[in-house]
Parts: sequence; C-alpha cells; structure tokens
Amino acid sequence: MTTRQPEVDAAASGPPSLMDRAKERLESLGALSRMTGQVFSRAVRPPYDWRGLVFHTESLGVRSLPIALLTAMFAGLVISLQFGYFLSRFGVQYTVGRVVILTLFRELAPVLTALTVGARIGSGIAAELGAMTVTEQVDAIRALGADPLRKLVVPRVLACLIVLPVLTVFADVVGLVAGALVVNFQYAITLNLFFQGALDAVLMPDFASGVFKGAVFGLIIGLVGCFRGLTVEGGTEGVGRATTQTVATTSVSVCLADFFITQLTLSL
Amino acid sequence: MRSSSQTPSEFAFQPPRPGEQLIYFEHLTKAFGAKRVYDDMDLDVRAGETLVVMGGSGTGKSVLLKCLIGLLSPDTGRILFQGHDLTRFTEEQFIPVRRHVAMVFQGAALFDSLNVGENVAYPLREHFPDMPADEVRARVAEKLALVDLPNTERLMPADLSGGMRKRVGLARAIATEPEVILWDEPTTGLDPVTTQSINVLINSMKTRLGCTSIVVTHDMVSAFTVGDRIAMLANRRIVQVGSPREMLHSTVPEVRAFLDARRVELFPGGAP
Repeated sequence: MTTRQPEVDAAASGPPSLMDRAKERLESLGALSRMTGQVFSRAVRPPYDWRGLVFHTESLGVRSLPIALLTAMFAGLVISLQFGYFLSRFGVQYTVGRVVILTLFRELAPVLTALTVGARIGSGIAAELGAMTVTEQVDAIRALGADPLRKLVVPRVLACLIVLPVLTVFADVVGLVAGALVVNFQYAITLNLFFQGALDAVLMPDFASGVFKGAVFGLIIGLVGCFRGLTVEGGTEGVGRATTQTVATTSVSVCLADFFITQLTLSL
Repeated sequence: MRSSSQTPSEFAFQPPRPGEQLIYFEHLTKAFGAKRVYDDMDLDVRAGETLVVMGGSGTGKSVLLKCLIGLLSPDTGRILFQGHDLTRFTEEQFIPVRRHVAMVFQGAALFDSLNVGENVAYPLREHFPDMPADEVRARVAEKLALVDLPNTERLMPADLSGGMRKRVGLARAIATEPEVILWDEPTTGLDPVTTQSINVLINSMKTRLGCTSIVVTHDMVSAFTVGDRIAMLANRRIVQVGSPREMLHSTVPEVRAFLDARRVELFPGGAP
C-alpha cells in the first residue's frame, strides 16, 4: 500500500506570521481593486438594473435620513456654540455664520454623515451579502446564469454613490439651521445676520468639495461593504466578523480619503 | 469523444446517446491553501445515469460539483463536458453550460427576498430574457407541479419546510430543462419520510426527464436507492466506482470502512 501524504501540509500549522498577514492584507486589497474595476465596467454597460438602483437608493437613503439629520443637527448646534463662544472673546461673534458654514460644508457634514450613516449602510450591506454568501445564494446566482456583481454589487454601490452626497446636502442645511437657531438664542445674533454672513462667505467650491467628498465616501462604503460580504468565510461567525471589519475599514478609509481630498481641493 | 481543442465559444450541447461518456474529470488536483482536496483524481459520468459520489464529510464531494459548474476552478487537470474542456472557460463562457447543467444546493439556496414563483422563474429570466411572461408563469407552474408543490408560487422561502425548500430548489434547477442535474447532499438534515420522497424525486427526474444526475451524499441509504453507479471519494481520489451491488461487496479498505461504520451506526448491536 502506498504511503499517502498528510492531507494538510506542515506549513499550515502554527499561527500566521507577520509576513503572512501582510501578504493576506495585500491580496485582499488587490481583490478589492479588481472588484472595483469589474463593478465600474459593469455599471457603464447595459443592461441597467434601474429597479434595483431605485430600490436600494430608497431603502438606504430613506432609512438613513433620521440618523444623518440628527447627527448634523447636533454637529451644527455644538460647533455654533463653540465658535460663538470663542469669537465673542474677540468681539467678532457676528462672523459665526461664516465660520460655521465653511466648517459644515467643507468638513463636518460629509465626514460625520459618512462615519455615522456609512457604518450603518456598510455593515448592513456586508451582513446581507455575507448571509447570502454563507447560504450559497451568491453561488446560486452564478449557477442560474446571472452575474452576482451586476445583480448585487452594482446597484448597491451606485445607490451609495447617490445617497451619501444627497444626505450630505441635507446635513448641510439641517446643521446650518440648527446652528443659526442656537446662536440666535445664546448670543442674540439674528437669523438674518447669521445667514447673510454665511452666504457671503461660502463659495460654490466649498459646497461642491463637500458633496464630492460625500460621493467618494459613498463609493468607499458601498465597495467595502459589498467586498466584505462577498468574501465572508466561516459561516454566521464570519458574517459577524465581516460586519465589524466593514465598520472599521470604512471609518479608517473615510478619514484617509478625507485628508487626501482636502489636500487636493485646497491645492486647486 | 470530440477534440478538446474546440474553443469555449463554440459550446453547444449535443444530445448524447444513453450510456455514452458525458463528463470526464481528468487528473484533477485541487487545494484550498495547504489543504489538498484532490490528487490526480479521475471520474467519468455517463449520459442518462445517476452517479452517486459518496464519501465522508470534508472529502471534497461538493467541490467536485462546484468545479463542474464553474463555481470553483481546479488547480490542474481537465473537466471534459462532451469534449469541451470546462477548465478553460471564462465566467461568461460558462453561462450556456449552466443552462444545461443545473445544481440543487445543499440548503436549497433559495433567494430569501423572492417568493417561490420568482425563485423558479429566475433562471428563465436570465437564460431566456425574451420569454413572454405568460410562458414563464406556465413553466413555473409546470415545474412546481412536477415536484408536487402546485399553487405555491406566492409563498416565501421562510414559510417552507426543509423538504419543501429542497423541492423548490429542484423546480428552480429544472426550470431551464437541463440535461444534467447536480445534487449536493439532497437528503442531509431531512427526516426519513422526506428523505425517501426526495429519493423518489431524484429517480423520477431520470425516468420522466431523462436527466443525467450526479448526487453527492454521505447518506448510504439514499446512495443505494438512487445510484446506478456509486463512486467512493477518499484520500483525495476516487478509490472505487461500481454498481451498488459491487460496492456492497467491495474489498477496498476505504469503501469497507465507510460501509461498516454506517452499519454499526444503524445496528449498534449487530446487523439483523
């Protein structure tokens, strides 16, 4: 009788080394990049899944609206109070509208929306696709002659790309109104003075850079959520792991992307 | 056998003669990281037969089906389907193959967000996008009736029992009228009565539709009930292929060990 080789090689035993982990991360990044390319190539070629896009845009957007608006409202309240307090030290509290609008439009509205809504949307997508992966529904889509990227990923990523900028605009408005009301109450700055100063200070690029950030963050959230969901391993435990990893990855990626986009937009 | 030099784009299913070699797994190797599943494995499937691939858990039975339908790729070796080397096919080139080779998944893999009717209609809409809605509805009703689940189109997968889910999974698999059906652990997790009804269903697919079936299972009763031939997968290769009678009297150690373990499990005090 011939001697069989062991089913699992000796190299597999023991915990993975730092090198193995780095290699795994790089491979994962490579796979995400490949998926991104495939998603874009499918998104621009027919057939287009309009129904799926509308469904996901509505479900992701409408359900995320309360948390996005609540976050924006409190962000507007807090920064208006803070800026009002500090500017009043120098006797220029009437300029608070200018500072608040620039801070909100350029930075706080897109980033806070992405961090709060993104965690919700990204983990939801990862959990949904992860559950489909472990129950072989994604394999079934392929086995039945369809393309999971086209059916599952493209509509979700495009929906995120639409939803985040729209929510950012809502957050801009709600944050600004909340800020105007609180400084009116706290520092007796009239609404007219607040908004006049704000509108004088803000330029279209300030508004556009925030919306652009929202779009990039939406893309990151959609892609990371889908990627983590489709690459789930290890059953339901793996689904849980994928959702927490999605929150961590999207949060770090949003902060990194924010830095580079800010650099880019300021240099233009 | 046709030459394997045909390009994948030329793939077209040719009705085979009964008993002719339809599928051939040739020198297949497959590993997941350091875990090797197949080493130089060979297996052939003949047209019209029900071939059961038997083996213990984790021996790679389901991997075999997934390699055949292109959900996984072998590391080396060839999978010849009517002479076409499927290992060279791209995802896009696999689509026509998947119209002729359908899979019934272990947990049925029904789409939770779609009702039974929409699940069964899914492959029809993918493979025949121009099929009129009336015809799709009629085909769905016909296939559901074939698996003894008439008028269940509006039910959601969550409303179905395990056996019903398997049946809907089968109705969905046969919606495009495939020539080959792949069964992944069809009776796992089912009670004996439902198991028997699934076995009857597998046999009826052969007699009523003339399908070739590959059934992977570790359920010996099911294997001996439905199989025309049984292949034993152990130690990363097929150690024996034969009729149920031949397998029952096998002297191959891996087959004997599997049969004896099952006998002990069924009759702990000794076989009657």
